[in-house]
Amino acid sequence: MTDGRDIWVFIEQQDGKIADTSLELVGKASELARTLGSHVGGVLCGYQVEALPQQVIEHGADFVLWADHPELEYYRTLPYARVLSQLIRERAPYVVLIGATPLGRDLAPRVASAVRAGLTADCTDLQIGDYYSRREGKTYKDLLFQIRPAFGGNLIATIVNPVMHPQMATVREGVFRKPQPDPARQGVIERIHPSFEKEDLVMQVLSRESRESSVNLKEAPVIVAGGAGMGSKENFQLLYELANLLGGEVGASRAAVDAGFISREHQVGQTGTTVRPRLYIAAGISGAVQHRAGMSESNKIIAINTDPNAPIMQIAHYKIIGDAKEVIPLMIKALREKTR
Amino acid sequence: MVSEKGYRMVVLVKQVPDTRHLSGEVMKPDGTVNRAALPAIFNPEDLNALEMALQVRDEKGGHITVITMGPPSAAEVLRDSLYRGADQVILLTDRRFAGSDTLATSYALSCAVKRLGPIDLVFCGRQAIDGDTAQVGPQTAEKLGIPQITYAERIVQLEKDEIVVMRALEHGREMVRCSLPCLLTVVASANRPRPPSARRRIEYKLAAAPHEYPALLQKWSEFESEAQLDSFLGARGLRIPVWTVDDIGADPDKVGLAGSPTQVYKINMVVLEKSETKEIPPTRDGIVALVQELVQEYIIG
Repeated sequence: MTDGRDIWVFIEQQDGKIADTSLELVGKASELARTLGSHVGGVLCGYQVEALPQQVIEHGADFVLWADHPELEYYRTLPYARVLSQLIRERAPYVVLIGATPLGRDLAPRVASAVRAGLTADCTDLQIGDYYSRREGKTYKDLLFQIRPAFGGNLIATIVNPVMHPQMATVREGVFRKPQPDPARQGVIERIHPSFEKEDLVMQVLSRESRESSVNLKEAPVIVAGGAGMGSKENFQLLYELANLLGGEVGASRAAVDAGFISREHQVGQTGTTVRPRLYIAAGISGAVQHRAGMSESNKIIAINTDPNAPIMQIAHYKIIGDAKEVIPLMIKALREKTR
Repeated sequence: MVSEKGYRMVVLVKQVPDTRHLSGEVMKPDGTVNRAALPAIFNPEDLNALEMALQVRDEKGGHITVITMGPPSAAEVLRDSLYRGADQVILLTDRRFAGSDTLATSYALSCAVKRLGPIDLVFCGRQAIDGDTAQVGPQTAEKLGIPQITYAERIVQLEKDEIVVMRALEHGREMVRCSLPCLLTVVASANRPRPPSARRRIEYKLAAAPHEYPALLQKWSEFESEAQLDSFLGARGLRIPVWTVDDIGADPDKVGLAGSPTQVYKINMVVLEKSETKEIPPTRDGIVALVQELVQEYIIG
């Protein structure tokens, strides 16, 4: 299956469950592979995860390389990096996509360094296109355009990697949609039996505690999100109250998270979660491009801000020029009266 | 093996534009970035990395070298590091480093660390606020051929050649044990960085890199030449050494633009989607009408 243009997706799994991000990337990879006329491969590391390769295929992969070894049961940087780097060297994929999860952000740079490839973090879009290098006076056809906000969000940069392939990129959860699985889909599952050196095993995991996230922004029909304009942690209580009434979740801008108003798992945007709710209420959020990248596809957007020129106003369906700390209580009151 | 003098530590730091406090004037009228208008600061998580190293030295003894790669003006974060307790600082600067992406940067940093000789621990911030890539730490570890522990929040135990670290992940924690040498990338929740010490501030105020000598000579008439100033500073441990591509024995083809696989194809100003925006007055009546409209359109139940 090596036609020189294959797109690989690293399949992240934990305790026998594939991360949503990986399946979202398989979906996007299928789209890109159609443009290139090539194939999508999943690279899976794990031990006794027999059921998983087929799931990857059902979501759109043409083949799965499954590295099966007891040392791969739990993620550790070095054994996983050894497997992925070695496969990349042997089979030379054109593109390698990895979820920008804590695991992916640990693994991807290690592998990119080992195989001397370019890597772009936290892309908000991926496209195939031609790149004319002015420096060299030549055109590279069908490169991966790795698109991400840059420089404090004032700019959108398109990054390319013309020569030092594979073209590697990480993408946050929720940026692409998870495809519907097709149980009838067939593909090739190749089982690989890696071997490790002593120096690959110098790290041991002593304990792991995973905390199921109490917030589920991706599935929430309504998100009430607050920014720096909310002013304090106490004022965020207003947002919780409103979100409760609307059956939604509370989101936040990075500024609000950095200010300590709310925990990071509530962050919406390029380095947080990408969401597409039915209704998104942005309270005291100015709307830097990183934030908008994570919510601009919401069905309806209400922006509340004292600054009529805040960028968020330009993508809002409803704008309320005023102090969110005063407007939110009005909304809470109006909703209570409506339901009575 | 860890020597009797304690742990040999390196902290990698970066001076960054303060992207958290951008204002409108940051963009020039032609849409390009006006870097001069951006305040330059010590990358926040690199301060956490330095603090973690200082705590190891406080408890176990050791020696801390702080390295930064950047323009000559990055000497500022090195002085700050001296005020906070670094034993030694090195400025990695050379025009040929310009345009380095994370791969080329990590190559240069790894060459500099190697030049220092054997080390036990390398610390860096999890990520820098100007790019948020979190790539340079792991890539440097790979090039040094040592393991990495990313998202390090706490050193649980450090005995001889073995370290136990608690990692703070997005949805949980993980405790890992690893042999030294290794590289840690440190998260903001790890600690509260100590402020610069007043005593050290006085002691190291004069610390300078050679490119800063001309300005100093103008201020202090008692020095007649750069050479005289240099020997004065050198004798007192106040000379900030500058290392170039040649000093660290780096392959010039692997640094700067030439050594960077990724290139910026284009930069677009952000174009906002045009949508019909309806203005709602921030009054009781306005909000009640909005709620009714949303109910009628089945946006809310």
